[in-house]
Order: sequence, then structure tokens, then C-alpha cells
Amino acid sequence: MVNVDSLVGRNSLHRKVQRSLRIQKLRALGLIAPLFIFILISFVIPIGDMLFRSIENQLVSEVLPRTTEYLKSEQINEGWEPPDELFWHLYIDLAIATEVKLHTRVGSRLNYEKTGISSLFRKTGRSIKKFGADDYSKALSEQMPELASIDYWELLSQGTSEKYGYTRDTYNTWKKNLIANDHWSEKTKPSDFLFVVLANDIKSQEIDSSLDASREEKLLPVISELPEIGFKERFLDTDEDWAEPDVWDTIQLYSPSFTNGYYLNSVDFKKGSDGPKIRPENERLYVLIFSRTLFMSVTITLVCLLLGYPVAYFLANLPLKYANLFLILVLLPFWTSLLVRTSAWKVLLQNEGVINDILVATGLISNLERLELINNQTGTIIAMSHILLPFMILPLFSVMKTIHPSYVRAAKSLGATPWTAFRRVYFPQSIPGIGAGSILVFILSIGYYITPELVGGTTGTFISNRIAYHISSSLNWGLGAALGSILLAVVLALYWVYDRMVGIDNVKLG
Amino acid sequence: MNDKDNGFVVFSGVQKSYDGKILVVKDLNLSIAKGEFLTMLGPSGSGKTTCLLMLAGFETATQGEILLDGKPINNIPPHKREIGMVFQNYALFPHMTVAENLTFPLQVRSMSKSDQEKKVNHVLDMVQMSEFGNRRPGQLSGGQQQRIALARALVFEPELVLMDEPLGALDKQLREHMQFEIKHLHERLGVTVVYVTHDQTEALTMSDRVAVFNDGIIQQLDAPDKLYEAPDNSFVAQFIGENNTLEGTIESFEGDYVNVRLDNDQVISALAVNVREVGEKTLISIRPERVETEAERCPENAQKIIGEVLEFIYMGDVFRTRIRVGNNDEFIVKSRNSPSQQRLQPGQMVTLGCLNKDCRALDHQITSKEVLS
Ligand SMILES: Nc1ncnc2c1ncn2[C@@H]1O[C@H](COP(=O)(O)OP(=O)(O)OP(=O)(O)O)[C@@H](O)[C@H]1O
Ligand SMILES: [Mg+2]
Repeated sequence: MVNVDSLVGRNSLHRKVQRSLRIQKLRALGLIAPLFIFILISFVIPIGDMLFRSIENQLVSEVLPRTTEYLKSEQINEGWEPPDELFWHLYIDLAIATEVKLHTRVGSRLNYEKTGISSLFRKTGRSIKKFGADDYSKALSEQMPELASIDYWELLSQGTSEKYGYTRDTYNTWKKNLIANDHWSEKTKPSDFLFVVLANDIKSQEIDSSLDASREEKLLPVISELPEIGFKERFLDTDEDWAEPDVWDTIQLYSPSFTNGYYLNSVDFKKGSDGPKIRPENERLYVLIFSRTLFMSVTITLVCLLLGYPVAYFLANLPLKYANLFLILVLLPFWTSLLVRTSAWKVLLQNEGVINDILVATGLISNLERLELINNQTGTIIAMSHILLPFMILPLFSVMKTIHPSYVRAAKSLGATPWTAFRRVYFPQSIPGIGAGSILVFILSIGYYITPELVGGTTGTFISNRIAYHISSSLNWGLGAALGSILLAVVLALYWVYDRMVGIDNVKLG
Repeated sequence: MNDKDNGFVVFSGVQKSYDGKILVVKDLNLSIAKGEFLTMLGPSGSGKTTCLLMLAGFETATQGEILLDGKPINNIPPHKREIGMVFQNYALFPHMTVAENLTFPLQVRSMSKSDQEKKVNHVLDMVQMSEFGNRRPGQLSGGQQQRIALARALVFEPELVLMDEPLGALDKQLREHMQFEIKHLHERLGVTVVYVTHDQTEALTMSDRVAVFNDGIIQQLDAPDKLYEAPDNSFVAQFIGENNTLEGTIESFEGDYVNVRLDNDQVISALAVNVREVGEKTLISIRPERVETEAERCPENAQKIIGEVLEFIYMGDVFRTRIRVGNNDEFIVKSRNSPSQQRLQPGQMVTLGCLNKDCRALDHQITSKEVLS
């Protein structure tokens, strides 16, 4: 029989234990919290931000809301012609954007996808003031002076009448933009184009008996006397490119808030209205650089392994006091700046450099056939192998140190020649070190920047150099982020393959 | 040495120094017969492993010659010496299974696959580990690893097997069990075994002969019973088994015996083993079980030693009595727990009896360094 009392007792005991465990867990969590926050701030958030930027594309639809909305339902192809109404929307969008210079940003954004758009937007931004809106504002304000004051427009924007929906909407966007960009003040005057919008709203609808009727009766005669502005002609006068379906196609393709365009660009594809297309031969770039990055990283890893293994073996079999001395020598390069070491390679490797001079002086090569050792892949591979070598030697050394000499002795006593003993007994036990060193060198080199930048010329640069270019020169952060994300994915994929083939528990970092 | 010709393994005048200053092995002369089980016994750092490594070919002798089956092997590389070796840490290859470990020596000898399998199975049977062929060494217990190491050293049928403290890492019970297994294997296979240990019981129970090492020289090379009952010098007497020492000065020689005056002015007669002249200091060695606490239980010709009981320890089958004799507070007497054996009280004065042939007058702990200089 189960005693009810004891059952209750046990239950409360269980609860007590649970509570004390929970407190312990919380305390443990509290202890790691600083580290956790640090990792969050320094890794998770930047990587998340990078992934976000690589697909984010809100600028176009934010700055050109009416245009992109209208384009949504358009089928743009070779023979397509932009309709008048589209230019009306574009006029309002750009008029608002130019006041806070946003049009140049959209221009540069779209310029990444189609060259020429940037200058098109700048040009248009400069001339949009001269489209004739000033006539409207002058005439309307003369007829109705209160229109020149921002207060009247405030009142208008608070109204509810359906009729002035477009005006209200435009005014609010305009105001919001000015406020967001610190251009709004007490003294702000209503912009000229607002009068055009207002006139359009009044003109296009019946006069009814509403509260606004008096205003409409007052203004309508003036408005009907004013010349109609032909927006399409104005835009085309400014720049004929506005008639190009390609321009509109680009705007349409990049209207959504999120885009895969950056990724397509990263793999040499082009986003098109009928699906992604591979770029023509002469525009392809990134796949080549990605494969070059991979190839050079693998080469550097192999070179480091070939050079580092004997050194590590030598160090591991040295008495401790000498081993420490030599280890310091291995680490010595870390005491000088990376920049200095790389520059030293420039001195050594250049055409008139030390190595070529020696080769010529010893007669191994003639003066005319000096070796091209720098500003190409050879230069990058030589300099980076040198710089990353310690990262191969250290894990190898620490693993080899743990291989007791009695294993090789045992193999020899069992009849194995020194070579067999090495191959079948020593080498397999050093594999964790090879694994650790290789993965370290490979991952470091695949993302390396400074050295290839300095000694790589044009053929010896890595994808990271392109990323840096997009971040700091072309300012195409989205593309930089997409390239970075792909690099991250490649590294993770390789890590996965590596885990499958070698097993990650076969890696010993010390 | 005259057995240099018939020894299977012969060390002749071997010296070894690692750093060129200190001789770790000093003038080693040793001849091991075929099929013999010889143990090198000695405290830590006495040069046992070094001797073994020189024999196996992993260290070279600084001077002297090592002969195997009559041929000098100084210039033969280790893998051609055909010597099986069991290492202190077993040195089983961690990345190979047990079976692969055992196949390794057969593979490097290019033996046919079927022969390899036959031999491996046979040797696994021999150490009773047949089911463990597919395990990795890391998945075996210490004793099991030990057996595999043993099997691996035997699988290619060497005539000489070296073992460096193979049981050092095992607990006492397993160690005793394995001692017997190794001993039986040795008897069955007839291989020559050179065994290194610093555990004297192990040396005594297993070996045909024991070489006691200290400070790089062999202190005594003898059969276990000789070593225990007739130690040549104080070191051996102290090192092997339990030993009582009485310090004294030599009064006179009497044939094979000497008369020694102890600190408390008692004079006792002892077998002259390692003494030279009258007036010399000496240490008399007496085994605790060769002393009687009751004079009437002693043989007629026993001599008497007077002492004071300090402690009586009851150990079941035996009694241990600690007695002060002269200024030695640690004189131990071991007596069998027989019905007539009396239990002594601390503070009591006793007259101890022992035969004078069980008292051995040895050197006065002059260390071997002094002997050489
Ligand atoms: N490779 C070496 N280099 C220098 N000195 C060494 C080397 N190997 C051993 N020695 C020294 O030689 C002496 C004898 O060492 P050895 O290993 O032969 O002792 P051992 O009798 O086997 O001791 P243990 O019972 O502790 O194993 C020690 O003083 C040791 O410090
Ligand atoms: Mg040793």
C-alpha cells in the first residue's frame, strides 16, 4: 500500500529539489552572462546584421512609394512605354525626395544594378524645381494668401474629406520626410509642388456643397487658367533615359522590401523580370574570385602543412629547454606587425628584390628573366604561408608532444623499419594535429585581407578584398554583405564536410 | 667472465652515460642463459630501463659490448634484433584495434594473411582475450591492455622478450594474478625473459635469477632464495625483504665468523661476509623470522641478545614485536601465532635467541660510489 502522507511529502521534496536546482542554474547563468552578452554583441548581432543587409532593400519602395506601387501592375517589356500617370507619381515622389536629397541615395542604390541611373536621378533632381510648379504656387497664393502659410496646410491635412486624400497624403509624407531629416522648422513654407497636387485634387472632382466649397469656388477659376504641366515631356526633356523600359524595369525589380538580387550578383547572375540570368562572360567576376580564394587557401594550407610538419616534429623531439627556445623563434614573427612582415616580403620578392638579385647574381637566371614573385598569386601564397605557418606548427607540436616515444620504439621492436614505424604508428597519431592546424590555417586564410591586398596585385586577391572594396569604396553594403554571407556559408559547409570526413573530435587544438 | 661463451645474452663491460658526465650504468657484466627468466631489480633511477633499452637497441652503450646469441649487436638497428618488448605504459597503438595491433609485427614481416590470422587467434587464446580482437586499446581495462601488450611481444615468436615494469600500473590483486600468468607463459614457451621491476616480491616469485641494481652496478646476481637468505652486502639485505641491522665494531676473527661488539657492549658472533679487518665498523643483518623471543625455543647453540620490548603488534597469523637492541629502536621479531608463543608486553626485558649463521656481518653501508673512488 502506498502511504498518502509519504506521497505528499515526496512531492514537496521533489518541488524543493527542483527549486534549488533552478536557483543553481540561474546562478550559473548569471556567471556566464557577461561572456554571453559579449558574444551576442560581438558575434551574433553583427552576423545577423550582415545576413539582414544582404537581402534588405527597403530604400527604393520607401523613397518612391507611389511610383513602385504603380509599377506593381505594369508588364514591362521591349515595346513598353511609360504612361503619363507614372510620371505624375514619379514627380511627387522625387519632389519629396529632392528636398532632403534622398533621390541621390536611391540613385546610387539603383546604379549598382544598372549604371547610369545615379546620374539620371541627380540630373532630374536638379531640374525638377523648374517643372512649373512655382507658377501654381504663385497664382494660388495670390488668390488665397492663407495658402502660403503652413498652418493652413496643417488644417487641411487634418480634414477627413475623401476629396483631398491625395493632397493630404502627399503633405504628410513630405512633412514626415522633412522631420526625419531635420529640415522641419516653424518657418518652413509649403513647397511649390504641393500646390500642383492641391490644384489637381480640386480640378479633377465635382464641386459639392461641403465645407471646402468656398475654397474650391475661389481657386477653380485660377486653376483652370493655369497651363497644364506635361510631366512626361518635362522628364523626357530632362533626360531621354526616362523613356527606356530598362530603367523602369530596374526600378520595378528592386521595389520589394527584400531582394535576392545581391546574392544573384554575388554568383554572377543578373536579376531579370523573367527570372535570373547568367551574366555575359566579360561581366563575370565573383565565381572566379570565390574559386580563386578557395584554391589559394587550400594551397596555403598544404604549403603550411608541408613546411610545418617537419618543424613541429623536430620541436616535439627536442629536449624541453631547447624546444621552448625554438618555439619562441616560431612565435617571433608575432612580435612584429603584420604590416611590417608583409612589407618585408615586398622587399624580398619584387622584381629588383633580394631573391631575384641573388638568383641573377648566382647565374641561375639571366637578368632578363627575373621571376614574377609579387603582385600575383605566387606572392600571396608565399607571404601568407609564412604568416600563417605558426598556426600550423603550434597545434601540430602540441599533439606530437603527447605521442610518447615508446609507440615508435614499440613499432621498431616489433620489426618495423623507421619509415614504417613513422607511417603506420607516428603519423596516424599526429592526424588530430594536422586536422586542427589545417582547419585553423584554412579558415584564417579564406578570410584574409591585408596580405593579399598588399602583395596580391590583381590576380592574387581574395574575396575579402572585394568585400572590403564594396564596404569602403563602392559603398554597396548589400553586395558586400551577400558576399560575406556566402563566404560564411562556404566555411560552414566545408566544416561540415570536414567533420564528415575527418571527424571534428579528431581535432586537437592543444 | 667465463660464461661469456655460453650465455644467450651477454653484457660485457657495458657503460652508459646520457650526458657525458654521470655514468648511469657502470661496468655491467651479465650473462643470461637461454630460456632463463632474469629480473633486474632496483630502486628508481638505478639504470634498469637503460640496460633494457640498450639491449633492445634504443640506446647505444657508451662503452662495452652486448652479445646476442654470440654475436655483437651494437650495430644492429632495433627492428632487426627480433626482440619482443613490453613497455611500462604498454605502448599499444591507440589508433588500431587489438587485432590490428597484434597483426602489425606479422604484417611488417610480410607473413601471409592466413598465417597472420592463425597466429593472432592463437596468441589471443593464449592470453584469454579472444573476444576482444575488435576493441581499441582505450576500451580495455589496464589488465586487459597488459595481456595484449604481452601477446603482441610474443606473437612474432621472438627468442628474447624484454619487459619493463609491465605490471607497474595494475592493482595488487591483478598484479599477483598476472605474475603467475607471465611465469606460466614463460615456462610453456621457453623464451628468454629479461624482466625489470622495482617490486622485490615480484622479482622473488617469478625469476630464476635476480640482478639487484643500485647506482648503475649489479649489487648481487643470484637465485631468489640466495638473495634473501644470503645477501652479499647491506644494500641487498635492506632492499630484499625485511631486515634488522645491528651496528658494531669487529673484535676478532674466528674462522668464518667474527665477533662483533655492539653499542651496548654485547658481543655477538656473526658470519663474516663482507668485512675485512679488526676494528672496522660493520652492520649485522638478521632476518626478523630467524629470531626467537623465548630462549627455550632456540636451538642449543643459539646466542643471546638482550633487548627491551617497545611494541607488540598482533597481525593474525604472526606477531610482530618491536624491540630496542642497543640503540636500534626498530629491531623487529616476527613470530608465528602458535599456541605456545607468548605475547610480550611493552616495557618487558627479553632475551632474544638466534643462530650465529643467521647473523651476517656486512659492510657498514659504504655506498657503492665510495667503493669505486
Ligand atoms: N634520455 C635520458 N637522458 C638523460 N638521462 C636519462 C635519460 N633516461 C634516463 N636517464 C637517467 O638515467 C638514470 C637511470 O634511468 P633509468 O630509466 O634507467 O632508471 P630505472 O632504473 O629504469 O628507474 P625506474 O625504476 O624509475 O624506471 C636516471 O638518473 C635518469 O635520470
Ligand atoms: Mg624504468
